[in-house]
Amino acid sequence: MRPSPARLLNILVPVKRAVDYAVKIRVNPQQTGVDTNVKHSMNPFDEIAVEEAVRLREKLKNSIESIKLVSIGPSKCSETLRTGLAMGADSAIHIETPDSAPAPEPLGVAKALRQIIAKQEVGVDIVILGKQAIDDDAGQTGQMLAGLLGWSQATFASKVDIDVEKKEATVLREIDGGSEEIRCRLPVIITTDLRLNEPRYASLPNIMKAKKKPIEKLTPEQLGVDLTPRLQTNKVSEPPKRVGGAKVENVDQLIEKLKEAGFAAA
Amino acid sequence: MLSLLLARRCLPRRLACVPRRWHSAEAPFEHLNPVTEQDVQQFASILPPSSVLSTLPPLSTAASELDQYNNDWMGKYHGKSTTILKPKTTQQVSDIVKLCWERRIGIVPQGGNTGLVGGSVPIHDEVVVNLSNMNKVRSFDPVSGILVADAGCILQSLTDYIAPHHHIMPLDLGAKGSCHIGGNVATNAGGLRLLRYGSLHGSVLGIEVVLPDGTILDQLTSLRKDNTGYDLKQLFIGAEGTLGIITGVSILTPPAPQASNNVILALPHFDNVLPLYKEVKRQLSEILSAFEFIDRTAYDLAVKHGQGRGLTEEEVDGAQCFVLVETSGGRREHDEEKLNDLLESLLGADKPLITNGVLSQSPAQFSSLWSLREGVTEAVSKEGKAYKYDISVPLSTFKQVVDVTREHLRSKGLLHDGAVKHVIGYGHVGDGNLHLNVIAEQYTDEIQDALEPFIYELVASHRGSISAEHGIGAMKTHALHFSKSDVSIALMKQIKQLFDPRGIMNPGKVIEL
Repeated sequence: MRPSPARLLNILVPVKRAVDYAVKIRVNPQQTGVDTNVKHSMNPFDEIAVEEAVRLREKLKNSIESIKLVSIGPSKCSETLRTGLAMGADSAIHIETPDSAPAPEPLGVAKALRQIIAKQEVGVDIVILGKQAIDDDAGQTGQMLAGLLGWSQATFASKVDIDVEKKEATVLREIDGGSEEIRCRLPVIITTDLRLNEPRYASLPNIMKAKKKPIEKLTPEQLGVDLTPRLQTNKVSEPPKRVGGAKVENVDQLIEKLKEAGFAAA
Repeated sequence: MLSLLLARRCLPRRLACVPRRWHSAEAPFEHLNPVTEQDVQQFASILPPSSVLSTLPPLSTAASELDQYNNDWMGKYHGKSTTILKPKTTQQVSDIVKLCWERRIGIVPQGGNTGLVGGSVPIHDEVVVNLSNMNKVRSFDPVSGILVADAGCILQSLTDYIAPHHHIMPLDLGAKGSCHIGGNVATNAGGLRLLRYGSLHGSVLGIEVVLPDGTILDQLTSLRKDNTGYDLKQLFIGAEGTLGIITGVSILTPPAPQASNNVILALPHFDNVLPLYKEVKRQLSEILSAFEFIDRTAYDLAVKHGQGRGLTEEEVDGAQCFVLVETSGGRREHDEEKLNDLLESLLGADKPLITNGVLSQSPAQFSSLWSLREGVTEAVSKEGKAYKYDISVPLSTFKQVVDVTREHLRSKGLLHDGAVKHVIGYGHVGDGNLHLNVIAEQYTDEIQDALEPFIYELVASHRGSISAEHGIGAMKTHALHFSKSDVSIALMKQIKQLFDPRGIMNPGKVIEL
């Protein structure tokens, strides 16, 4: 008896457009946030997620039916999506918000992703996304999405193996003091850690090909989700500037200074 | 048979012996005096104790502490100076120089000591005047973009200083983290931005120089237009410290471009470089800011030593050379559109000039692509001992010059692992400047003799320059005549005589005494 062919897998990779990590962050004069009029690029952890999806396909060949990207944000997010498409994803969804809209929070993002997954006719078997975005460092979206869907979750992944036949994922997780190997059933949410892989550069032919790949545009309203933040930012300020040290002449002076500063018993 | 045996026996000795031109075992300069204990005491009265290093009593500094001043970073040139002076002010420089003038002591002005031709280390026992303590920015005008700084300011720190005002330095080079602006001006450094912002002869507006007799020549104006008589400052730009010590520089800094992009292109054949350059210039016009050439051997070396994540091995298969194109402009969308159109037309052409390429997608990738080009220098020094020739030749002869040199070495039986390992070419296509590097296991007389005057004659046959941007230093004084006529050299000597009749300033460099 021949085994029935396993259903082909569909991968969804949510990516975020964030201030590039090489940019020096400055707080805006109104102290309501950081200056966003700077160079943006794909959140590095999401880049690792795209890379992992492409590598899974390179490893599992035809078992991967599709790799779809999704991003939420202003019109320029489409550039981020094009980068991911050039790395090897097949298509993308852009949930477009107005340029003036505040950045959505993890719960809103997770709810929007749930709607996207529900809309996919072929279904979604694996969601791979960054463990956090480097702008707000919230680190919640993956877990919330797993909670909303009731799916398996494998967070902080440093190694991913998919058994297509058994519909199982074996994931090595980065934990305090070492790593932990877990096995979970598909569908699964995987969040990426830094050591999972080193993302590739998009080559010119692939960049050109990516221009012809489809990007579907949607609005939060069409998905029926409200992305209004539920948190209120009171004030954003820079950490205090480091004050220069001073030289002392001898040990006595040093002890005196330490006492003054409250670091030694008077 | 006997002669073969002899030759074999002699070979190791010959390899071990010190190459003659770089390590002058010959007598010190006849017209100059060595530093004495009294001189050290005099210096110590001018400068604070921490600013004088001398192996002579009463200081008796350990010789090892002087190593970094006596040797160049490649380990090719070795001086024997006993005394290093590190003045903080122009007045201190003037006082030191005056003393040396009276006592007829040779002086080597030294900046970041990142030179490639031995111009910044002593040949014998000259005093080293190191300007690293003169590292203050004197003024910056954010409206005009004119920066006035001490000569010892490190190029990168100046870049950082003016960055918040949205200006950039008009020059950029691999050594930016160590090299001094004074040294840049003294050597008329070229580098990566020359294509866009021109040479220092244009962007330097004024300089302050201590002349060989200690007189301070203050030409630190910040005027863009000043047609009043001979433009003396131009003489010091590129004089490599032979006419005086530059202590301050006034330089025009351009506004920082709002957007930068770069792309590395893989070319199947060198013959495509020229048509590609034409096409890139035509399509990118004013936003083109760099067009750099790297041959395959240089690329492979850089990758071997840790660079080049941009393209995979399959993607560069069959590429004979690479080109890095950088754009800088005022509006990102505009620049990207132009660049994209260019790339599309290049890839879509019937007979594509390029086989593959990579376009940076983020600032991190941008700098990683650049480090492939800039990393060649570092890779070369990790690979072995480098004979570096920095030449200007017609663009069309870049590859030919590299190939001819390699074949010449092969015909001399020197192209093998024990002698010359690689002959590579890279450089600034936009400026017609080729860096021809010969990487050897050891510096030896045999290789030296095979290379010189061969390369200089080769350059002269193309009516090129034997030093495009590195200068003459101690390395090429004897070869100056390959690029300059007798009339020119005679005039240069007269100028040197006029400024420095006692011949104390950076003796033995640029022109032979």
